[in-house]
Amino acid sequence: MGWFKRNKEGILTPTTEKKETPEGLWYHCPDCKNVVTSEDHIANLSVCIQCGHHDRIGSEEYFSILFDEHFYEEINANLTSADPLNFVDTKKYFERIEAAMEKTKLNDAIRTAYGKTGGHNIVIACMDFQFIGGSMGAVVGEKISRAIDYCINKNAPLLIISKSGGARMMEAAHSLMQMAKTAAKLTLLSKARLPFISLLTDPTTGGVTASFSMLGDLNIAEPKALIGFAGPRVVKETIGKDLPEGFQTAEFLLEHGFIDLIVKRTELKEKLSLILSFFRN
Amino acid sequence: MPTYLEFETPIKELHDQLEKAKEISAESNVDVSKTVKELEKKIKEKTAEIYENLSPWQRVLASRHLERPYTLAYANALTDGTFLELHGDRNVKDDKAIVGGFGMMDGETIMFIGHQKGINTKMRQYRNFGMANPEGYRKALRLMKLAEKFNKPIVTFIDTPGAFPGLEAEERGQAEAIAKNLYEMFQLKVPVICVIVGEGASGGALGIGIGDKVLMLENTWYSVISPESCSSILWRSWDFKETAASALKLTPENMLEQKLIDGIIKEPLGGAHTNPEEMFKIMKVELKKHITKLKELDPQKRIDKRIKKFCSMGVFHET
Repeated sequence: MGWFKRNKEGILTPTTEKKETPEGLWYHCPDCKNVVTSEDHIANLSVCIQCGHHDRIGSEEYFSILFDEHFYEEINANLTSADPLNFVDTKKYFERIEAAMEKTKLNDAIRTAYGKTGGHNIVIACMDFQFIGGSMGAVVGEKISRAIDYCINKNAPLLIISKSGGARMMEAAHSLMQMAKTAAKLTLLSKARLPFISLLTDPTTGGVTASFSMLGDLNIAEPKALIGFAGPRVVKETIGKDLPEGFQTAEFLLEHGFIDLIVKRTELKEKLSLILSFFRN
Repeated sequence: MPTYLEFETPIKELHDQLEKAKEISAESNVDVSKTVKELEKKIKEKTAEIYENLSPWQRVLASRHLERPYTLAYANALTDGTFLELHGDRNVKDDKAIVGGFGMMDGETIMFIGHQKGINTKMRQYRNFGMANPEGYRKALRLMKLAEKFNKPIVTFIDTPGAFPGLEAEERGQAEAIAKNLYEMFQLKVPVICVIVGEGASGGALGIGIGDKVLMLENTWYSVISPESCSSILWRSWDFKETAASALKLTPENMLEQKLIDGIIKEPLGGAHTNPEEMFKIMKVELKKHITKLKELDPQKRIDKRIKKFCSMGVFHET
């Protein structure tokens, strides 16, 4: 005799009568495994209601969070990547670009826009990770460069929201030089005495971190964002040991002195307005 | 015994023949002068033929030749031994992978800064294979500012497989150190000349690579990533390094064609390592030529031009 006696039979509902749950109705937090409706999750700016895990979001979401009444004017939206080297790896680069544009409905890995946040004029450049890993090629460099020109023209501060794996390899040295180009332009923004706030979000690595992302008058980050120069896998291979817990997180960078403060997304707009008013008054 | 790269095997064979001919002559008093002359001519021809037709990957191998001159060799030779190395970033330590200091080149004080690789196994380790930590970049910046203060031109020699991707490098802000250098180098009021003398890998190279003139020696490469790492990331295998080297268009000719550098400096036949003395002479002529020209410009004009040059880089579509 077994230890237990089954009172009910197994699943009795025939497959044909099974009710399908529509995709995307629920959000399952990868950190704390909490489940909430997608609606509630989005209403909380894609931050887990239970544990505060910050889900990756794109430029559309950041613009709607930050710009007053979700109103903004996108600038230089019509720039797209060229393929100056006719680069081919396992796939042709121009096909990769086309596929990425098709999939994401974006023109490249960054969008720039002008508007108001908390009443302050501002230019926001926001990277999109879905577009080839948010990689920086000539378009990212040029759009940041033009955004800075726009700031100088309009006498407006600049916010760049970084979210990138680094330079875009398929543009080789052209992408490397975007590090130089963006840094060069930032010297002009400084000369005009306009503030540059750099917001580093998950993930910000490689050539993006090693250029404009680390050059903010204020460097701020979202909680637990991965931020570094070399990726964690590369560092692990270099030292041949496991990485310490929390290595290369926003908190780690704050502790080592490279981040001014960590800001929760739910408080981002409010903190940003405060920061901008410090610079203005 | 000189080291030969795989594609230099035909040159090595001719050299071996030459040695043998000389040996025979020494042992038996046979006159081999004609053979020697012929062989020497052949060596020259073969070397020229091989070096004129190097594939991009072979160029990468040539740039890593273990006998190529590094920064300290250039700095000492160009200044007739007056080069004085200055150490430390005034913060954490003295990085061994980037060196720098003042030297007198034909009566003019120059600040020389560059990556330093080791000349033997022990020294290669000591120099961390030319991979700098944040302290290296910060030392470089400190020395550049020092040169600026006393209105001395700056020359940087770039030769690195990349900035060091270690744990402590991350802790001490590798990314911030490089970013800061880019930003500050754009504002230096003195002439800045950067020369790729070996490997120009990514941010590690660019971190001391913002100049009024960026030049490449003939057998060097410059790109966003090494062909090996590119192969491992894009092809997910180490076997495509040759293909990657071609795809990255990283040779000096490619770079000049794309307007990403300002010029190419000729090397002695067979590469800088075959005749360092000749290489130093060529380098001195080039540096002096550029410094003289750059000094004619007003500092602000130089800065504006430097910024404008880098800002024009990158190709995109606008519809």
